[in-house]
Amino acid sequence: MTAVSPPQARPVAPRAVPRPRRRRLPVVRMTLLLVFALVFLMPVYVLLVTSFKPLSEADPSRAWLLPEVWTAEGWRAAWTALAPGLWNSVQLAVPGSLISAVLGSLNGYVLAKWRFPGADAVFTLFLFGMFIPYQAVMIPLVQLMTAADLIGGIPGLVLAHVVYGLPITTLIFRNYYVTIPDEMVEAARVDGAGMFRTYRWVVLPLSGPAFAVVLIWQFTALWNDFLFAVFLTGPLSWPTTVALNNIAGAQVVPYSQQMAAALLASLPTLIVYVLLGRFFMRGLMAGALKG
Amino acid sequence: MRRYRRWLPGLVLLAPSMIAIAVFVYGLIGWNFKLAMSDQHDQVTAGKFVGLENFTALWDDERWGLAVRHAVLFTVVFVLGALVLGWFLALLMDKGIRGEGGFRAVYLFPMAVSFIATGIVWRWLMSPAPPERGVGLNQLFDSVGLGFLANEWWQNRSYGMAAMALPAIWQMSGYVMALYLAGFRGVPDELREAARVDGCTEWKVYRYVVFPHLRPVTLAALIILGHISLKIFDLVVAIATKQIIADVPAVYMWVMTFDAHDPAKGATIAAYMLLAVAVLVIPYLVWTVRSERRA
Repeated sequence: MTAVSPPQARPVAPRAVPRPRRRRLPVVRMTLLLVFALVFLMPVYVLLVTSFKPLSEADPSRAWLLPEVWTAEGWRAAWTALAPGLWNSVQLAVPGSLISAVLGSLNGYVLAKWRFPGADAVFTLFLFGMFIPYQAVMIPLVQLMTAADLIGGIPGLVLAHVVYGLPITTLIFRNYYVTIPDEMVEAARVDGAGMFRTYRWVVLPLSGPAFAVVLIWQFTALWNDFLFAVFLTGPLSWPTTVALNNIAGAQVVPYSQQMAAALLASLPTLIVYVLLGRFFMRGLMAGALKG
Repeated sequence: MRRYRRWLPGLVLLAPSMIAIAVFVYGLIGWNFKLAMSDQHDQVTAGKFVGLENFTALWDDERWGLAVRHAVLFTVVFVLGALVLGWFLALLMDKGIRGEGGFRAVYLFPMAVSFIATGIVWRWLMSPAPPERGVGLNQLFDSVGLGFLANEWWQNRSYGMAAMALPAIWQMSGYVMALYLAGFRGVPDELREAARVDGCTEWKVYRYVVFPHLRPVTLAALIILGHISLKIFDLVVAIATKQIIADVPAVYMWVMTFDAHDPAKGATIAAYMLLAVAVLVIPYLVWTVRSERRA
């Protein structure tokens, strides 16, 4: 879909538009895109530059300049403060996204290929769960988790993320499985394969891309979540976001350490994004309900 | 019996998830409404039913009124800003441009970052102190001779929440760009070509052929941005902590639940948030599922 042919090369160019202007247009577009790209990257510059500055260069007049002396002291302090949170986030996001993907795959399979009467209504009810403000379930959820002795720890947080992740994961897999021809499932059925065998031998081998999308989506969502974490976990199991917010919230912490911590906390999702951006993109599209 | 066998296994396999959604989404929403309609204003006494009393009393609370006004201003600036910027970026890239993949990556990467990390760097950028003492954009404006642009950003009483929307626009407009770009590219080339043959200028091709095709994209983007905006929480906490000057419903709900220990009031705020999102999302969901079934 990347049609890079410049517009003036088209044979039926309308004459109404004066030619010089048309030739300038791609340059204007490129310039504007570059300006916006700079604006978008400005916070990254700030993060990087500030994180390597020593305390002695905290002078506001030097705020936008490169450090005179590059130092990793901010990074070291950030790592010390953030390491437990990072480890908690790994324990949260890895199992959480795996469980979410397996459940989403099975649910999506049913809703795409083993539909039962009323499946559309069930699907709609699932989807609404994707949009609700989680505040609307939070107070009862805390009471429920307390009663089940799951409050304050990581397992409870994983449970919450898996349950409230069901709508989006089901949606992504369902929209993906709808594109598998019915005949393939039907053929397996005629050969006597039941629901699980059809899933195992026909559907699952085709599911790779959908798993990639869902795993990336859920990993990012779990890694970046703050709301559930702040309500459901205690100091010992605080994930990265809460730890990060606590570091930054203490006004005495130097900017270099805050910025290094923010970068450190974002690295895992940024790496995933850089390496697997293609799948990340598809997950975003699925979020718009158009698979 | 044969017919049952066609769909019963599917229902059984989906049942655990259906039960989970029924309990954790709809059950807890119901529980939350029950709490919101009780007078359980501390964590000790069992509340009794008081009807809609909390729902009306909330509007006498000055801080709630402020939070709602903030949310409205934030929503207008954020939704319009991200929509227009995303649309414009997609328009610039529509015909293909050198390094398109790179541009897309740059505009989209903020999506992968948490609102908390975004908040930390934007709090630095939007530092309200004057250039002599402060960092961030005020400092930058001053050093390039645009000192008159220096302002108090989110700490301004009247337009502060509009500044608060800037980081959210930074984070979400790449997403809108991606949606629109897919929309632009989804318009069949024959349609554009036909319009050109009919003598349309490039602008008219966009105006009468391409833009009308984008209405569903605009609607989807509006719904997504709108529901994010009504729920905005992390970003505000990261930038302003719990200051009244930047209160939004989600933060006020947190304060009422955690600091004031008033479950009934927290639940009431949460119920209003749910209603606001429901009004936005339910018609859209019903419409989407229906039009998909028709297709």
